[in-house]
Amino acid sequence: MITFAKLVEQFYALTAAWGLPWLVPTLVVMTVVVGVVVAYIAVASMFMIWWERKISAHIQVRFGPMRVGGWHGWAQSIADGIKLLLKEDIIPARADKVVFVLAPMVVFAAALASYVTIPWAPGLIVRDLNIGLLYMVSISSLVVVGIIMAGWSSNNKYATLGAMRSAAQAVSYEVPLVLSILGPVMIAGTMSMGRLVEAQGGTWFGFLPRWFVFPQAVAFLVYFICALAECNRLPFDIPEAESELVAGFHVEYSGMRFAIFFLAEYANMFVVAAIATTLFLGGWRGPWIPIPGLPPEVAHGLFGLVWFQLKCYFLIFVMMWLRWTLNRLRVDQLMDFAWKVLLPIAFANLIVTGLVLTLWR
Amino acid sequence: MTLSLGIFYLVAAFTVWAAAVVVLGRNIVRAAVALIFSFCGVAALYVLLDAEFLAAVQVLIYVGGITILLLFAIMLTTRISSATARVINDQVVLSAIAAAGLLGGLIYATNRGIAALVAPPNFPETTPFLGRALLTTYALPFEAVSILLLAGMVGAIILARKE
Repeated sequence: MITFAKLVEQFYALTAAWGLPWLVPTLVVMTVVVGVVVAYIAVASMFMIWWERKISAHIQVRFGPMRVGGWHGWAQSIADGIKLLLKEDIIPARADKVVFVLAPMVVFAAALASYVTIPWAPGLIVRDLNIGLLYMVSISSLVVVGIIMAGWSSNNKYATLGAMRSAAQAVSYEVPLVLSILGPVMIAGTMSMGRLVEAQGGTWFGFLPRWFVFPQAVAFLVYFICALAECNRLPFDIPEAESELVAGFHVEYSGMRFAIFFLAEYANMFVVAAIATTLFLGGWRGPWIPIPGLPPEVAHGLFGLVWFQLKCYFLIFVMMWLRWTLNRLRVDQLMDFAWKVLLPIAFANLIVTGLVLTLWR
Repeated sequence: MTLSLGIFYLVAAFTVWAAAVVVLGRNIVRAAVALIFSFCGVAALYVLLDAEFLAAVQVLIYVGGITILLLFAIMLTTRISSATARVINDQVVLSAIAAAGLLGGLIYATNRGIAALVAPPNFPETTPFLGRALLTTYALPFEAVSILLLAGMVGAIILARKE
């Protein structure tokens, strides 16, 4: 929204008129933006946890949370959060304390840092880096490192096993993931998230929007599957296999530390859905009407914001739906699938996209 | 003391401290974690030099690939975290002389200045420039590196194959 940039400019002008050095408004703006993003992550994660319980319940022909807060137990997540905060913080006696404490921080920091380049609405990105997409992919590889740190420092065989499986899975699925997102990048010619959304404007035949999901359907499927693997969601649930490894890499974490892992997992789910929405489903694009009384940019921005959230949560719904429908893959089946099926398909998509772009441009 | 100079000193101090922990640390897993921090510090230095693509690739490859490989190697080595495992070998004096010589050479080179290493001001986006350079001027080193990668992968598969 253009008015957001204008607000920031007016704030800078105000503090300059008060005689404060330019460092002060910069720090204030950065703190406010980070605070808003963290608040959004907290609220969205709590909503997604409640939603997951409701979806799993209805798929399993039961009701899920119904009492806490009245209507369908909407306050269940808040109650869960309070419970986790009040739990005793246990660090195993022979665990490596420094690495044990650092691991959830690394995982959450990596998940939080990916929110910098998400295009929420036209003109509403924290920072539209010109390598935005590459930045998000490289930051998500920090999550794997945090998981290994958590598993190893717990001094627990199940945790170490879960951490190594998670690292192998995440590193293997990163390769077809990056290859599949190269398709839309080649078509749009840029890695900047804002410009990727702008490259998807207009329609074909007057009604079909020019989203990249139509020419790049294969890449979309490959990306979605790899994203499920990166988030350690079923059917790639081996690192957290609840019936095999107790809880995998975070088995020794209790209370707030476990809550941070939990929050980071759902934050990661949202980031992955946001990347898929930006690259394939047109980002914040959607029909909009001017609202009387507001400038047209603000109305466009509000509608864009709503469309973006709708598309992201639709993809998250599909992720949760898959979790409660499909079986867990065995570790060797998992690795086979990544290296022998997804990787060749991703390469083939890259080759075909390159050929079409060279011959028909 | 401009802001970017202050940030440079902070980032450089952080990187050097992390590297010191890697080299001098007693616990090898903590040394690996400090290595992650030093790689991130180097990525920040790349950003300060306007090489944003290189910074993202540094994090992706070094932190997301090489560090994980290192951690796997550490975890799969038996008794590597025991108290009797030696972390520092016997050639401390020789390596101190070599490191001091390298430091002297670097200080001399920095003070003298090397013209080719100064980036032009207002450099446009590095990513398309890098891509074009790799496929036109530097196509031969690019292909040689991919052959090296192929040799590495074939070697790994042969080593890991069950006989």
